[in-house]
Amino acid sequence: MSSDAITIPALQIQEKPWVDLLHEWVTTVDHKRLGILYIVYALVFLVFGGIEALIIRVQLMHSHNNFVSPQVFNRMFTMHGTTMIFFVVMPVLFGFANYLVPLMIGARDMAFPRLNAFSFWLSAFGGLLLYFSFLGGSGLYGAGSAPDVGWWAYAPLTARAFSPGHSSDYWTLALLVSGFGSIGTSINIIATILCLRCPGMKLNRMPLLAWLNLVMAGMVLIAITPLSAAQIMLLIDRYLGGHFFDAQAGGSAVLWMHFFWIFGHPEVYILVIPAFAFLSEIVPVFSRKPIFGYPVMVAATICIAFVSLSVWAHHMFTVGMNSYANSFFAITTMAVGIPTGIKIFNWIGTMWGGRILFKVPMLFCLGFLFQFLIAGLTGIMQAAAPFDWQLSLSYFVVAHFHYVIVGGILFALFGAFYYWCPKMTGRMLSERLGRWHFWLFVIGFHMTFDVMHIPGLLGMPRRIYTYEPGRGWDTLNLIVSIGAFIQAIAILVFVWNLISSYFKGAKAGNDPWDAWTLEWSTSSPPPPYNFATIPVVASRRPLWDLKHPEDPDSLYE
Amino acid sequence: MFVLSSLLLAPKALAQHSQTSIFAPQSTPAKSILDLSIFVLSITGIIFVVVFTLLVYSISKFRAKPANANSEPAQVYGSNQIEMAWTIIPILIVVVLFLATARVIHAIQDAPEPAGAVEVTAIGHQYWWEFRYPKLGIVTANELHIPVSDPIHPTPTFLQLLSADTDHSFWIPVLAGKTDLIPNHPNRMWMDPHRTGIFLGQCAQYCGVQHAKMLLRVSVDSPQDFAAWVRGQQQPAVQDQSVMTGRQVFEHTACINCHTVSGTPADGRFGPDLTHLMSRTTIAAGAAENTPQNLRLWIDDPDAMKHGSLMPAMKLSDADVDAVASYMETLR
Repeated sequence: MSSDAITIPALQIQEKPWVDLLHEWVTTVDHKRLGILYIVYALVFLVFGGIEALIIRVQLMHSHNNFVSPQVFNRMFTMHGTTMIFFVVMPVLFGFANYLVPLMIGARDMAFPRLNAFSFWLSAFGGLLLYFSFLGGSGLYGAGSAPDVGWWAYAPLTARAFSPGHSSDYWTLALLVSGFGSIGTSINIIATILCLRCPGMKLNRMPLLAWLNLVMAGMVLIAITPLSAAQIMLLIDRYLGGHFFDAQAGGSAVLWMHFFWIFGHPEVYILVIPAFAFLSEIVPVFSRKPIFGYPVMVAATICIAFVSLSVWAHHMFTVGMNSYANSFFAITTMAVGIPTGIKIFNWIGTMWGGRILFKVPMLFCLGFLFQFLIAGLTGIMQAAAPFDWQLSLSYFVVAHFHYVIVGGILFALFGAFYYWCPKMTGRMLSERLGRWHFWLFVIGFHMTFDVMHIPGLLGMPRRIYTYEPGRGWDTLNLIVSIGAFIQAIAILVFVWNLISSYFKGAKAGNDPWDAWTLEWSTSSPPPPYNFATIPVVASRRPLWDLKHPEDPDSLYE
Repeated sequence: MFVLSSLLLAPKALAQHSQTSIFAPQSTPAKSILDLSIFVLSITGIIFVVVFTLLVYSISKFRAKPANANSEPAQVYGSNQIEMAWTIIPILIVVVLFLATARVIHAIQDAPEPAGAVEVTAIGHQYWWEFRYPKLGIVTANELHIPVSDPIHPTPTFLQLLSADTDHSFWIPVLAGKTDLIPNHPNRMWMDPHRTGIFLGQCAQYCGVQHAKMLLRVSVDSPQDFAAWVRGQQQPAVQDQSVMTGRQVFEHTACINCHTVSGTPADGRFGPDLTHLMSRTTIAAGAAENTPQNLRLWIDDPDAMKHGSLMPAMKLSDADVDAVASYMETLR
């Protein structure tokens, strides 16, 4: 590194009237503030989505339960799925990308700060629009409230004949609006990474987090577009007499499935690649070694991105495609396991021979590795199309994708919170509460989602508001529900940790983890515009070079 | 973390207690799926054990110790040989898995229909099943009767799957994997049950409010029983003068717009055919036992038994409900 990383003392925070503070946050175009807005917004929706999950689990505790009506149950699982995917995981990942990418590539902000703010507020209003359906969804016919068509909203259930009122319209518009927000943010991430890297930061010196977010943003551009197109087609069907998906008039219900899943499957990787990004930053720091096989990690990510665009119809093995189509999507789906496996091996390679520190961020990453391994293997089972004819649409699938999203993505996210919160707030999160959070969540997670596989194997379909006694499902569902409440308690511990440490956590300092990427060279929280002088880098680990001038990385790359 | 071991062991133990376990196949498609599943489970199980061991080993072996607290470990950046190894081995595994999978896909999906096959058209409705036997001239609902298939003289059942409204999915786990019923997109599936009995399942594709109570019963009959059942179903409805009042109420309300009773003016097709209602053991797509009390409750207020059902309460007087229920009880 040719110039010293210059640290700036944290700005003196003056007491301001709350109206001014609010005005600052609402009108901000600073990437760090927008990142935090994204994250807080996602946490609020996490609570909503979590409450919906708990309502579902109470209803399913035992057979023939009457905790909620079938209509309410159907709204709950629709809203839970839509909320968690579009208004929790996507915004929280965009939040971290927004906050971290400019800092890690030595930039002062995103390439288009105003577009950034615009995209955030679009997504935010999308979420509000979805939840406004609880009040406004009844429409002229007085039917329905929140959408109840499932988060895939399969045609023709969304036709006006089957979904009167405006509940489906709120779902459509919410996704359309937030989808435009996602596209805006992705364009911004791509432009930032391609154009604003600091001197010396060649593409092959970028931190993996920046690389993976670049790939993720590219995938968003490809995947959200067909979803948005399908939403517009659905609106045309519902209000302008179109027949795209109207089977009664010669339209095709299967067409909607293709549109939805050519978005829906890349979406899984859009969510999981940023989780991979967190692992690729956290595991090396807590193993005290550089990432193993950096170029292979980049190549594997790009490979996942391409292959994952050709696997969508594995969600449709029961739809009645011919045997050649089923075989094609079986092999592409199995093939995507190869680069994913390479990633897991490389993380193990990173830990191998290292000096592993079991701080809370690392604990969550280790949880990710074990759970994502299992999620991947149950994914391989479902790639075997005939096996999937039994597993698809059952609780096995529900367990599988929660293993990916909760056991994988959410664990990585918690790791990211414990790792980067000190940078964002200037204060450490409590290790003690963090360990409580981790172990409670591990216990709750495994009680819920390990056990949830079994009712699926015993013939329990998903999306049923109640079930018949005597099929061996009762006890299993009770255990699943208890696990869900343990997870909820763990989340409360986490939220308490966030709040209490914000006010009285230990001071973090610039570089609490003895890490190697540029964000740790500036103050915590970083000042507006991040760096007083733009840093110049000579390797992938600029702070390692600074700390070990006798043996810098730049000698080996 | 112990999911794979529980996956392998627990369902086997539970298979005896559950009539809907995929581990207790009773027909060729379900059996070949299970064989493939066991193969895939074994391979993924081995991968799990290997990677799990590597993870546990590296975590315990390379944990920070007080002895090395102040020194950084050797900085290793990667190794092309190792990367090659853990790329090529997974590729080989995928090839093997794919070949095994493709074989079963072909065997089940492209199976030719033998001459002795029974043909049934299954039509999904919100929230019940219509079964039509075009060659036998039978129409029934919710409870599918098919003959047992002898390996020497196979009489498999081939289902043509249609939908009258939204998507549904036909799933009897012990007989075959599921196949969706999609409007304007006919599908096909088959099964050849190896033993007689009642096999349960239900709609697997979310189809609306009462998706949960769109249950399926398949009665696999011996050849004699099946022939007797066919003869019974081919008869026109029993005409019983003692329940004429009930029949008149039935025929003078909107009931007949949706329901058929053969040989009478009732010829609606929106709801289940009632010609031989009493030959069925359940009503409301399996939501309740077919008892006189349940039948009366159902006619009086379907919503109370199956909230969101599309059958309206006709607001009949108690006497009329009793009369219609009595009429129904004669439709054997």
